[in-house]
Amino acid sequence: MALFEARGIHKRFGHQVVLERIDLGFESGQLSGIMGPNGAGKTTCFNVLTGQYKPDRGQVVLAGEDITGLAPNTIARKGIARSFQIMSLFDEYSALENLLIALPEVRERGFTMMNRLDSDSAAADRASTVLARVGLAGRERQRAGDLAYGERRALEIGVALAAEPRLLFLDEPTSGLSAKAIAGLAELVQGLKRDYSIVVIEHDMQFLFGLADTISVIHWGQVIASGAPEALRENKWVRRSMLGGKA
Amino acid sequence: MASGESVAARWVSRQMVLLLVVLATLPLWIESIGLYPYLGVEIAIWMIYGLGFNLLLGYSGLPSFGHGAFFGIGAYAFGLFQLRVFESLFLGIACAVTAAFVAGAIVACFLSHRRGIYFALMTIAFGQVFWFISIKWHTLTGGEDGLLNIPRPAFELGVASAGLGSNTALFYFVLVVLAVVLVALWRLVHSPFGKVLQAIRQNEVRARFVGYNVWLFKWTVFAISAAIAGLAGSLFSMAQQSAYPDVMSLHASGIIVMMTLIGGGFVSFWGPVIGVAVYFLARDVLGAVTETWLLWFGLIFVLAVLFKPEGIAGAWQQHVGSGDRRSLARRAVAGFLSAGRK
Ligand SMILES: Nc1ncnc2c1ncn2[C@@H]1O[C@H](COP(=O)(O)OP(=O)(O)O)[C@@H](O)[C@H]1O
Ligand SMILES: [Mg+2]
Repeated sequence: MALFEARGIHKRFGHQVVLERIDLGFESGQLSGIMGPNGAGKTTCFNVLTGQYKPDRGQVVLAGEDITGLAPNTIARKGIARSFQIMSLFDEYSALENLLIALPEVRERGFTMMNRLDSDSAAADRASTVLARVGLAGRERQRAGDLAYGERRALEIGVALAAEPRLLFLDEPTSGLSAKAIAGLAELVQGLKRDYSIVVIEHDMQFLFGLADTISVIHWGQVIASGAPEALRENKWVRRSMLGGKA
Repeated sequence: MASGESVAARWVSRQMVLLLVVLATLPLWIESIGLYPYLGVEIAIWMIYGLGFNLLLGYSGLPSFGHGAFFGIGAYAFGLFQLRVFESLFLGIACAVTAAFVAGAIVACFLSHRRGIYFALMTIAFGQVFWFISIKWHTLTGGEDGLLNIPRPAFELGVASAGLGSNTALFYFVLVVLAVVLVALWRLVHSPFGKVLQAIRQNEVRARFVGYNVWLFKWTVFAISAAIAGLAGSLFSMAQQSAYPDVMSLHASGIIVMMTLIGGGFVSFWGPVIGVAVYFLARDVLGAVTETWLLWFGLIFVLAVLFKPEGIAGAWQQHVGSGDRRSLARRAVAGFLSAGRK
């Protein structure tokens, strides 16, 4: 059985049906890719899977447990972490504080009121390790809002990583990055593959085809194709959305 | 990270010592500058109130415009305890804090899924409800006249005891309470809880996806903040020896917001402390010159919000070089935005 499954997810906003019927399965230890043209409903799909929206129909199952409609914080505590396509950081906090707040050990002590967080050097060390892993060593004290765009993208992933998730969702991590930065990111994700089960929404086909074990294509609110990257290259839908998506 | 710091430094800061020393000597010099000792009592009480209020506004980005309700509930609860149950300083205060905490906890159930303007409107509505009750429920609250002749019970702790009848004695008692509140809140804002509150202010959605039950954090901080307002209210009813509806009015609730913002609550722990001192000094100094002093003070407030959103604490940090103007102003504006965001 897959680590994570979406079964027959249907989601509409008012009269607009965004997800018609989505079936997905993500295996443990794999990197699963999701692609599809702009506006296909990929982000909405993530939002349903991670608890932002309740699906109108369908089920979300994590390791055999039905987690449909649970709150984002509850789902996060079950080991699902995500990054955001539109960056979503704690801008006033330093890069290090962004990660500190996301550490499970800090999360467990969220209602501790009389111990100073800044005197917990073990947590700070852990946060520094994550920061180094996403390539931001030396940026500890920098305010997140003052980081360069590419660094913010890296921190966006770092915040999700700091949670030590069983399954990591990344929503268009290459968005807005230069070719050089994308190459660096591919290297990072390649490294993460060894330790995490990952799901990546991605526009950049080259990026995704180089990393993914399996890919699902979402279009018209459905999964129109899925399989290994090599197999998908020949798929006419993929070729079409490749041409559309590359623009 | 903090290994170089002494244990003491993790509990108190230099500013804290400075403030407490200045206040502790206040009875010695206050009259020589043309003011009067009772002013110290008021200032210390409102500093407690302001510090608790800023936990919500400055740290959590939650604008409460009805906080006077909890201050008032504390005042009435303390007074009723002394008048109807028996005279006891600590039990009276405990009763006031509990009453305000419970009221805050109930109100927070209706607010904690909101932020910004909706949050603010709801706090106004609840504040008005409590204010209305305080006026109409004659048998309990004494209506518009309020509760009169509330005694000041003596301070008794083991072998130590002291009457609080004189304003100087009451002042030192309030000062000790202020010191305790300062240390506790200083710890709290640096604790994991305090850090999560600030994370929620900056980005509520991300805080949720990182695994925090945002609703519960907002609920908790609201109830704590209400309890501190109730504590201040109990001291105020002792100071005034009465409790009356006025402190629960929208106008009174607005003043604590104004104090906190003028002081720079969005950029500094000390914002409300500075704001309270400035307000009371302005009241007595400007007030001696003109009856319309609040109009002028209000005008200064508007200008400050427009041109110096970082408040006096922010201006001070620029002056001593511990922060640059741009980043301070940006922090303050981000604070305003967080309080206004839906
Ligand atoms: N909260 C929402 N309310 C209304 N419509 C939405 C909402 N979120 C997404 N949509 C709509 O759903 C469609 C899919 O959006 P999205 O999931 O962001 O696409 P993708 O990530 O594949 O580019 C778009 O037409 C968008 O306007
Ligand atoms: Mg998207």
